[in-house]
Formats: sequence, structure tokens, C-alpha cells
Amino acid sequence: MHIIVPIKQVPDPESGAATIDPETGTLRREGASIVNPFDMNAIEEALRIKERIPDVTTTVITMGPPQADKALRLALAMGIDNAYLICDAAFAGSDTWATGYSLSSAIRYIGNFDLVICGKQAIDGDTAQVGPGIAAMLGIPHISSVRKIEEIGNDKIVVERLMEDGYDVLSMDIPCLITVVKEINEPRLESLKGKLRAKKAEIPTLKADDLNLSRDDIGQNGSPTKVIRIFTPPKREGGEILKGEVEEVVPALAQKLLELKIF
Amino acid sequence: MDFEFDDIQIEMQDAARQFALKRLKPLVAKMDEESHYETSLIKELAELGFFGILVPEEMGGIGIDSLSYVLIIEELSKVCPSTSVMLSVHNSLLNEMLMQMGTDDQKKRFLKKAAEGKIIGAFAITEPEAGSDAAGTKTKAVLDGDNYIINGTKTFITNANIADVFIIFTTTKPEAKTKGITAFFVEKETKGFSLGKKEEKMGLRASSTMELVFIDAVVPVTNRIGNENEGFKYAMKLLDGGRIGIAAQALGIAEAAFDEAIKYSKERKQFGKAICEFQAIQWMLADMATDIEAARNIVYKAAWMKDKGMPYSREASMAKLYASEMSNRVVNKALQIHGGYGYVKEFPIERIYRDQKITQLYEGTSEIQRMVIARSLLNPNR
Repeated sequence: MHIIVPIKQVPDPESGAATIDPETGTLRREGASIVNPFDMNAIEEALRIKERIPDVTTTVITMGPPQADKALRLALAMGIDNAYLICDAAFAGSDTWATGYSLSSAIRYIGNFDLVICGKQAIDGDTAQVGPGIAAMLGIPHISSVRKIEEIGNDKIVVERLMEDGYDVLSMDIPCLITVVKEINEPRLESLKGKLRAKKAEIPTLKADDLNLSRDDIGQNGSPTKVIRIFTPPKREGGEILKGEVEEVVPALAQKLLELKIF
Repeated sequence: MDFEFDDIQIEMQDAARQFALKRLKPLVAKMDEESHYETSLIKELAELGFFGILVPEEMGGIGIDSLSYVLIIEELSKVCPSTSVMLSVHNSLLNEMLMQMGTDDQKKRFLKKAAEGKIIGAFAITEPEAGSDAAGTKTKAVLDGDNYIINGTKTFITNANIADVFIIFTTTKPEAKTKGITAFFVEKETKGFSLGKKEEKMGLRASSTMELVFIDAVVPVTNRIGNENEGFKYAMKLLDGGRIGIAAQALGIAEAAFDEAIKYSKERKQFGKAICEFQAIQWMLADMATDIEAARNIVYKAAWMKDKGMPYSREASMAKLYASEMSNRVVNKALQIHGGYGYVKEFPIERIYRDQKITQLYEGTSEIQRMVIARSLLNPNR
């Protein structure tokens, strides 16, 4: 079985790097970065499947600038077998559609995959669209927000999908894609041996031409999303505190609630 | 001269830092309070390779240099010195002894498993009447056919309750004093061997320290380390490496105390301003940082000399002496900066202060280090 895990490098929220440039309305990315936390769960789940059933190969891919190499090496240090960096100036400015298209093309190029595991969403864009997008473009079924893999064989996977009020148990034919939530596992740390291996690993770079992609379908050109404006919501104001005796305050409160049409 | 770490050293330091922050930090206060080490951490440390740091890859370890090892011990010690002492004893004493002195059979039986953390090591020289003075060793081994019969007691043994293989030093020729010491690998299940009382310690409370009791314990000749009566020599050679590990631990503890002092001095307000704005505090912080920097250089240099294959015994003792005395000064000032809050368990400095003291005592007290250093100065050709 071959499992492919697409991952994303995102700004580290703890470093204070995740800020929006008020001029351009884009995310500042010059600060420290981490692997998207949900993608860490995806990597961990791929490794757990490898430990659970025989003959599993795991591959991690990311689309990003040359620095994204660091994210791939982290996955290798955790125990993933292979990594590919999808890196080309032509991919710059991709929205979720173009990203899904580029990643699905890379997955086809790598080939022979049985299962694709994505994180539920990236903590920077927060769209949760790329995973399902890849599945649609590859023409395979998908289940999102998986919190547990109950069974996995060569032909079929049975999973628990997290819902607001519980969970669904669903079965799906392989090849397929799942997106995972943080409840699914606790990602392992990088081992010393893994880090040494990752340090030495050769990571092939895939360019747009390697994937035979037209410039019209990728990057900014291939992105139908138009960002009109990005802004930080204004801070909420303090509200109003009613003071006085209960006999006065309660009718006043009721009156205000009625005025605000809360009921 | 080059003061930069290589890529591997940086990666190893990072791995230890991740473990310290993600796994140890949430548990350290609880483990100190309960005087108990979380078993799941040992399992994870083993899986990640922390029990085979210096053992070559082909023997099941990671096979990195001593400077990387020092960086790992330092990072872990910033958060949990009980973890670093466990690993220090295992890596620099059990694994090193196996690599330096182990027979093929002993290596086959113990080394791979030890490097993978499947068995854990302890090291026992100290006795009620012997410690710094190994000549006072009373634990006696008498050859009887294919076995030695061992009787005696060892005290203050780190890792005792988790160890599977104990390196123990016995006397086989009491009149020859240090030239009559013989060392053995003693397995946990050995008949006649048992654990004695557990010490209630001031610091390093998550690390177990216990007594070992030998009553007609039967240890096969095949478990003897090297030649009969040469054990003291092996111990001394091994302890040089061990001292670098403890020096790194003292360094990490001091750095942790310093970080707490900086943080607290910025937060705490008196007389209308943060106390870090007072010169009295600034001078303390400046002295602490300078002291730490000096120790860092001496500790890293000793490890570097070991990696280069240079004689490093004197430098290891200097590193151990300086770093442990330095860390005592630093934790003391760090607690002083905390004022009364440093004396209560709510702030980490209280535990750090207690954990620090042992670094001046074990693997040779500061006084013994000075003895070793002075001897090497006065008799350079010894």
C-alpha cells in the first residue's frame, strides 16, 4: 500500500509571525513556520498504518518555496519514507483550486497511490477545501474530518467521521482520500535516528514542467478566487452594564432585549 | 578555531529541546512532587534513540559525537535534570563500559538492547564506607568455579529501580586497595541480589536512588568486566566521560534558572517599576550570564577534546568543577531575584534550586575534582 500525505508549512502562531500586511492584505510569511498541526496528525496516521499492516510505503509532498524543504525533512525524521518538494515560481499565488489541481497532478505523477491523507484544514487559510479538492480532481472518493480508522485493508477503509453531535461510521473503497482531525492521534516527535536520516535524504523537486502543467491552470492564473479585502475584525466594545435595584434593572434589561429584537 | 555547531549537532539539540518542552515540561512538577518517574517517558525516550546516543549505528545506537551528547543533556536538563541523569548514567557509563571493555559475548548480550533502551543501566561504586575513596570498597567478590560469589551493599545508586544491568565494583584483593577492585555486569534477576531502601532526596526527586544488596549473589565469570583487580582503572577512565555529562547537566540547570530569573525580573514590579530596571538586579543577571557563558565554553571544549581523541581527563574535571559550582552560584542568585516567591513551590526556581545541588556532589564532589586537577598539574606525566 502506498500512502501519500500532502502537507503545508504555515506561520507559527506562537511566534507571533501570523500577521496580515495592511497594505497588501496578504499573510506575512517571513517569520518562523511550522508544519500545519492537522498535517502532523496526517503524517502520524500514515506512520501508524505502516506499523499496523505490512508492506506500506509512505510519501509526503508539499507545494511551497525552497524553505518548505524543512517541513518535508520533519516528516522524514518522524519516519516517512519519501518526500517530494513541488516548487516553481509558476505556482506562486495559488488559491485552493489551483493548489488542489497542482497537488493532484503531483500525486498522479508520483503514481501508484492507494490512500491520500490530508489534515482537515490549514490553520492559516482555514478553508478545508484542498483535501476534498484533490480527491475530486483525482476522481476518487473522500471522507473528511476522520477521527479514527477502524479498519484498513487493501480494498477498503472503515473510518469514524467526526460530527457536531457524535460520529458517523463510514466505509469507502480504496483508492481514496481522507482528511483527519486532531482527535485521531498524538503526533510522535522526531527521533534522533530519523533526524540523521532526514538530514542526509535527497528530496527531489517537481517543477510545473515535470508535471506537464499549463501556466494557465496553476498559480495566480489558475486561481479563480479573488480576494477583495482582508481585515482584522474590530475589537468588541465593552457593552453596557445596568446598575441599580433589581426592580429597576430587570424591566430595563427586558426592554433592551426587546429593542434589540433578540426575541 | 571554530565556535559553530555542525548541522547534526543542531538537529540533535533540537530533538532534545522538542522532547523537553513537549513531553517533560508538563510533567516535571508532578514527577518531583510524587518522587516518581513516568514510565511512558522512558519508553518514548527509548523509541526516539536517547538511550544509544554514543553507540555506533551498526551496534544499534545513533553514533553521534560527544558534543552532540552534551547538547542533548544540556537541553533536557533545562527542563528535567532527573531525565538527564538517567540518560547520563546509561549512555556514558553502561554503554561506554560495554563499548570500551565488553567482551564480544557481553556486547552481544547487552549492547544492542542497551542502545535501544530495551535494557537500562546503573553504575555502583559508592558504599556506606566508600565513595570518593574507592579503596574502602567492602563489597567482596570471591571466585567459586565458574561464578563469583558477591556480598556487600552499594548505596546512592541512580536508576536502581528501573535498571536491568548494574555495573558494580567489588574488592577481590582487599589488601591491594584500588589495585584489588574488580568490576562486573550484574543482571537484575541475579540470585542473591536485591534492591534495598529508596533514598528520600532533596532534589532530582523523579530519579530513583536506591541501595543494592548482595547476599551470596552468584555472578558468572562471563559477566566480569576486563581483568580481575583492574576495575578501578576502568572506572576512572569511564568517569571522565561521565563528568562531561554532569557538567552539561549543571549547565542546563543554570540556564533554566537564568531564564526564570529574567522572566520574573521583568514581570515583578516594586517601587513602581519592573525589578529588572534596578541596577542591583541587572548586575546579578549580568554576572549570571557571564558565568554561564564561561561554563558553556569549558564544557563544550572538554567534549570537543574527547571527540578529537585528545587526552581530556583534566578538562573533564575542570568542566565538571566549574559548571557545577557555577550553577550553584546562578541558582542562588536566581532564587534571590525571586524574593519570597522563590521559596514557594508555585515557581519553578524552587525545584531548580533543589535539583542543582547534586551536581556538586555526584560523579566526584567538587573537592575530588580539584584533587584530580591538582594531581594532573603536579604530575603531568602520570
